[in-house]
Amino acid sequence: MTGVPSGGAAPLRLPRRAGRLLGRIAAVLSWVVVIAGALAMLVPFLWMLGVAFRTSTDLYAAPARILPAQWTLHGVQAVVGQLPFARLIVNTFVFAGGATILMLLFDSMTAFALARLRFPGRNVVFVLILATLMVPFQVTIVPVFLTLFHLGWLNSYQGLIIPRATSALGIFMLRQFFMRLPSELDDAARIDGAGNFTVYWRIILPNAKPALASLFIIQFAALWNDFLWPLVISNNVNMQTLPAALTIFSSQSGIDHAALMAGAAISLTPLAIAFLLLQRFFVQGVAASGIK
Amino acid sequence: MTTTEAPAAGAGRRPAAPGLRRRRPRFNSAYLFIAPSVILIAIFIAEPIAQSGWMSLHNWTIGEATHKFVGFANYTALYHDSRFWNALRVTVLYTVVVSVGQVLLGLAVASRLRKTTWYSALLRSAYFFPYIASLVVVGIIWKFLLDPQVGLVNAWLSDVGISAPDWLQSTALALPTVIAIGIWKNVGFAMIVLLASMQQVPTFLYEAATLDGANTWQRFRHVTLPALRPALLFTSIIATITGLQLFDLVFAMTSGGPIFHTESVVMYLYEKGFVEFQMGYASAIAWVLFLIILAISAVQLRVARYRDVD
Repeated sequence: MTGVPSGGAAPLRLPRRAGRLLGRIAAVLSWVVVIAGALAMLVPFLWMLGVAFRTSTDLYAAPARILPAQWTLHGVQAVVGQLPFARLIVNTFVFAGGATILMLLFDSMTAFALARLRFPGRNVVFVLILATLMVPFQVTIVPVFLTLFHLGWLNSYQGLIIPRATSALGIFMLRQFFMRLPSELDDAARIDGAGNFTVYWRIILPNAKPALASLFIIQFAALWNDFLWPLVISNNVNMQTLPAALTIFSSQSGIDHAALMAGAAISLTPLAIAFLLLQRFFVQGVAASGIK
Repeated sequence: MTTTEAPAAGAGRRPAAPGLRRRRPRFNSAYLFIAPSVILIAIFIAEPIAQSGWMSLHNWTIGEATHKFVGFANYTALYHDSRFWNALRVTVLYTVVVSVGQVLLGLAVASRLRKTTWYSALLRSAYFFPYIASLVVVGIIWKFLLDPQVGLVNAWLSDVGISAPDWLQSTALALPTVIAIGIWKNVGFAMIVLLASMQQVPTFLYEAATLDGANTWQRFRHVTLPALRPALLFTSIIATITGLQLFDLVFAMTSGGPIFHTESVVMYLYEKGFVEFQMGYASAIAWVLFLIILAISAVQLRVARYRDVD
């Protein structure tokens, strides 16, 4: 970095008092803008909650209100009546949870081998895995759909989960993390007679808990929110996940606003709760993928 | 696993020191560790990539017994397909504006909320929240927020005397509206990545700059910005790649309408592949998208490297 220009050399220098006043005003204004922006981030979700619990006559009479004049559960009842809602929630949990757990297991095993073990072909494997990161998911979806069609795995949990049970990005992130763990950890265990599996299970995984937690959360959230994949793989409403079912529900004509917003609110709730409780891991997960 | 026998091949390759038996495992268990991921990647990513390229050279309609090899006919058809060009224009416009918008706004918000206090932590959470919601939920909520009859936006606008348009039904306004929602959704992502990078800038640099008489803008321009370059590059590449794959948001908000004004490349691919089942044509669209993403990422990395030289 080349030096910071000294204050005297700065071309525009207002008299000190005027400058300080302007700075104050700018600071206050910027806070007003930032707070207004934060409200703009939250108001849509508050409105969603409000609509979910109000009657449609109330909504049509006063659309400018955020909260209902009278609270009603009819929206929740309607969406649960019109969609197999319990089934959709279970499907989404099984899909996002199952794929994430398998992915953490497989990715951490591969990352461990790539970061800590020597074997012929290691670099080739790593480069090939990295190369698949470049290819957008849409390139593979047509052939994978055909493969699952021939296997008879469309509209099934294994069809939803197995193809998503590993991720090149996860392998890459965990490998980076494992490489930063001191190698003395492994050496000490190996002197005590530990094999590869013991080092992986007893040494590396316990030391990688924060990275695994972050990866779990961002991956679970990504799959919970995933749309195109479950939309293509399941067209039967009993095997769909929440985003796909909600979208199809929302495109029906004569839609019941309260029912739709209740559905949206329910599908958002697990992630919202996880976010409130585990925000640190969300932030670390997203930030860790950004700075190496 | 046994470690007693040294395989003959290994001993032959490198002569062992006299009197020292090289102990080598017969089988390296590392292969067991990589097996599940490698097999899954081979079946569900690597092979499909090749198959997709192969399919794009065929007239491949699902349900037909034979698939006729047509060479590059799908690609030339795509070149003359005005609906594809329209989708590409929509996608690129969305990507450019949303990437630039989210990075600039994210940078502005992050530099305001850099210091950790209870209120800045609260504001950060607010900005980050839309990012964790699904694009589908966001699309559905905004579709109704912008509804002319029951939506909050038009109700508030008419309260202050502005007669608001029907945002998503207007051919002129639908795409700008979708773009604005895209920025709204993703500002929090850029903010978080940039904040994490900002907090790694050592504070003594700011103190030194202040001692030298640098004002707020100069500290930002000469201390913060140079340190943020890798994070800025990362955010814009991620924003570009996700932007070019635009699908969920338009599917939920407009279904590509009015009259294709918000139809993205991936929506068109979905339409061809999974509604009309013309899978060869859909594969060609996917490959063109892949090449565009590859080219743009390469340019971005190149530009960043040029800047790093000086």
